[in-house]
Amino acid sequence: MSYVLIVGAKSDIAKAIAREYAGHGYDLYLAARNSKELEEFAQDITVRTRRVVKIKELDILDYDSHQVFYDKLEEKPLGVISVVGYLGDQKKAQSDFDEVQKIIATNSTGIISLFNIIANDFEQRRSGFMVGISSVAGDRGRKNNYIYGSAKASLTAYLSGLRNRLYAAQVHVLTVNPGFVATKMTEGMDLPAKMTAQPETVAKDIYQAQQNGTNVLYTKWIWRWVMLIIRNIPEFQFKKMSI
Amino acid sequence: MNLMSWGMYPRIESNVFKFDGEESLKHVINEHSELIPYGNGRSYGDSALSRNIVDLRPKNHFIDFDEDNGLLHVQAGVMLAEILEAFVLRGWFLKVTPGTKLITVGGAIASDIHGKNHHVAGCFCECVEDFKIMLADGTIASCSKKTAPELWKATCGGMGLTGVILAARIYLKKINSHYINQTTIKTRNLKETFAAFEEYRDKPYSVAWIDCLARGDDIGKCLLMVGDFRDDGQLDYRLKPQKTIPFNFPSFALNNWSVRAFNKLYYGRVKERVTRQKVDIDTFFYPLDAIGHWNRIYGKPGFTQYQFILPKETSYKGLEEILGAIADSGKGSFLAVLKLYGEANGNWLSFPMEGYSLALDFKIEKGLFELLDSLDKIVIKHLGRIYLTKDVRVSRETFEKGYPEIETFRKYRKDQNMDTKFQSLQSKRVGI
Ligand SMILES: Cc1cc2nc3c(=O)[nH]c(=O)nc-3n(C[C@H](O)[C@H](O)[C@H](O)COP(=O)(O)OP(=O)(O)OC[C@H]3O[C@@H](n4cnc5c(N)ncnc54)[C@H](O)[C@@H]3O)c2cc1C
Ligand SMILES: NC(=O)c1ccc[n+]([C@@H]2O[C@H](COP(=O)([O-])OP(=O)(O)OC[C@H]3O[C@@H](n4cnc5c(N)ncnc54)[C@H](OP(=O)(O)O)[C@@H]3O)[C@@H](O)[C@H]2O)c1
Repeated sequence: MSYVLIVGAKSDIAKAIAREYAGHGYDLYLAARNSKELEEFAQDITVRTRRVVKIKELDILDYDSHQVFYDKLEEKPLGVISVVGYLGDQKKAQSDFDEVQKIIATNSTGIISLFNIIANDFEQRRSGFMVGISSVAGDRGRKNNYIYGSAKASLTAYLSGLRNRLYAAQVHVLTVNPGFVATKMTEGMDLPAKMTAQPETVAKDIYQAQQNGTNVLYTKWIWRWVMLIIRNIPEFQFKKMSI
Repeated sequence: MNLMSWGMYPRIESNVFKFDGEESLKHVINEHSELIPYGNGRSYGDSALSRNIVDLRPKNHFIDFDEDNGLLHVQAGVMLAEILEAFVLRGWFLKVTPGTKLITVGGAIASDIHGKNHHVAGCFCECVEDFKIMLADGTIASCSKKTAPELWKATCGGMGLTGVILAARIYLKKINSHYINQTTIKTRNLKETFAAFEEYRDKPYSVAWIDCLARGDDIGKCLLMVGDFRDDGQLDYRLKPQKTIPFNFPSFALNNWSVRAFNKLYYGRVKERVTRQKVDIDTFFYPLDAIGHWNRIYGKPGFTQYQFILPKETSYKGLEEILGAIADSGKGSFLAVLKLYGEANGNWLSFPMEGYSLALDFKIEKGLFELLDSLDKIVIKHLGRIYLTKDVRVSRETFEKGYPEIETFRKYRKDQNMDTKFQSLQSKRVGI
């Protein structure tokens, strides 16, 4: 058997990833808070694919629990994919520091805490893959979501360093930067259809990129070029813009 | 949200309701009227369109599968394609499938759809053991043919007008290959076409592509394709990369000339009277799914499919008359599919009856609805009827004449308070 650990498994993107990996023959650990809600979904995957799916309780903000969580897994996973994230409320975060902490901790510190533990194990075993879902929002801070953006930027930098460190141990690290994705997080937002991906497409892209050993994935692919342009707008001009 | 179905006509503004659990759906049903369930929008016209729609696609969980008897339990938003992806490899296939796999199980029940094997296997609901449905008052009923015969007859083929189907248990059939032995028979006129259908009647799958621009003595010439699964133990199901039509073609792209050229090419490609091929599931059952969004070739105005069926006794005369009228009108139909059907199943609004059905695609343009109205007259004269799931324009009068159980259906809806709760643009137009 060969498990992939998916963290933040209740999100639409994570569910699509779970189906994609199970479809390719992997067994799954699905980790989430209030994980009982995943029972129907786990059964869905088992009926579709006859893979083993185990549900695990995990709160990414409960740092102290991470080591125990990992130690308790019956069999160590082949790879881990973190989908955890929290968009938060930018306006609120500008005056409410609790919101800031929640955004930073959910998108960055919490994942770093868990990934450190797993990285040490993978490094020692000299195998495994680690996938972190960051965001294009981490590529440049914008007034509409720069608290979220800075948390994602932190995660992106962390994953880049981790990739550099684990290269010697043949552990592969993939950074995923989705653009817009049609999920619960973005429901009700008025997203441009041509720039918006479905979770299933994102999942397929991630699977391919992970199997191919890609380092940084933008999905949809067009976002790589969009962000290249956005990153290159001179600051004196960027600061006046509303995008 | 701006919504349309496969024909891209009409396009309307609707409120789209998604729901998590049964409680939240109950809330939607209690709070709103003019509701209609929406599956994957593969019906052609306005069956799934209304002011308020309930989006079923997200309800796509597989619940259980019994390997011993092939009984599969799924939520109503599961698409047939998902079932194939999971089960062909394991030697299972759908007992009944339409010409696209991109429809939901709920949509298959609501239209009581049929496939190339109707003459031997009947409609989709023949393979349904039971289903769960939320009714107009928000209660959930479990329905099988035995336990709730009226609800069954109203819902199977009932176009979403009895409630929201939540889940169903359906039987799959065992296969031992993902290949089909196909025989293609080229005929020269309608007489030969009918004779060929009868000759190959014992083949479980059959369908004919008619060249409907043919005139005079050539009327009704076709390519009849019949087939059955092979028994070679080769089971596989890999998704092929899909080509897609990225944008609406300008609406002049599909004129009489291009249709004529297409039909010529298609028909002319086959040289001998009888040829044999080994083809896979997607090629045999779902040739159109290979091109995503092929509906866009009709351009922005959209298109419709005109599908009618005639009883066996009147089929020949009726078809001759209708094909003649279409050829005279000069309005090309890209696709014209002829099929032989088995007996009707007693569901109040199910389309099939023993006889022949023809389905024709037309782009929406000036004069089209007048042509279709005149075809309606021929259909009614020959005691036929129109398929609701393809329709966007049929009059109440024509519709009623084709469906003898219409009053039973109406009364049932009224008695159950469904008529004020569940409505589509179509149900309002034809008064059901
Ligand atoms: C290329 C192509 C080929 C086709 N070939 C065939 C064929 O060979 N034979 C055939 O019979 N049909 C055929 N069809 C028609 C198609 O099978 C039906 O229109 C089918 O009902 C579409 O299902 P859907 O899930 O897309 O439903 P929608 O189009 O979204 O809805 C169709 C109807 O079902 C109702 N409905 C949907 N989900 C539910 C639910 N959960 N509960 C209650 N009501 C519901 C809707 O209210 C509506 O009345 C074809 C269509 C296309 C595009
Ligand atoms: N949608 C987009 O357009 C988009 C664009 C770029 C990047 N992303 C990123 O993609 C990922 C998935 O996003 P999504 O769109 O699918 O949104 P989502 O449904 O909000 O996904 C976020 C997931 O993180 C989980 N989570 C939050 N806090 C947690 C905690 N303390 N412990 C454990 N799990 C926690 C959530 O679990 P609960 O269900 O329990 O809340 C949820 O499953 C996120 O990292 C997001 O930032 C999304």
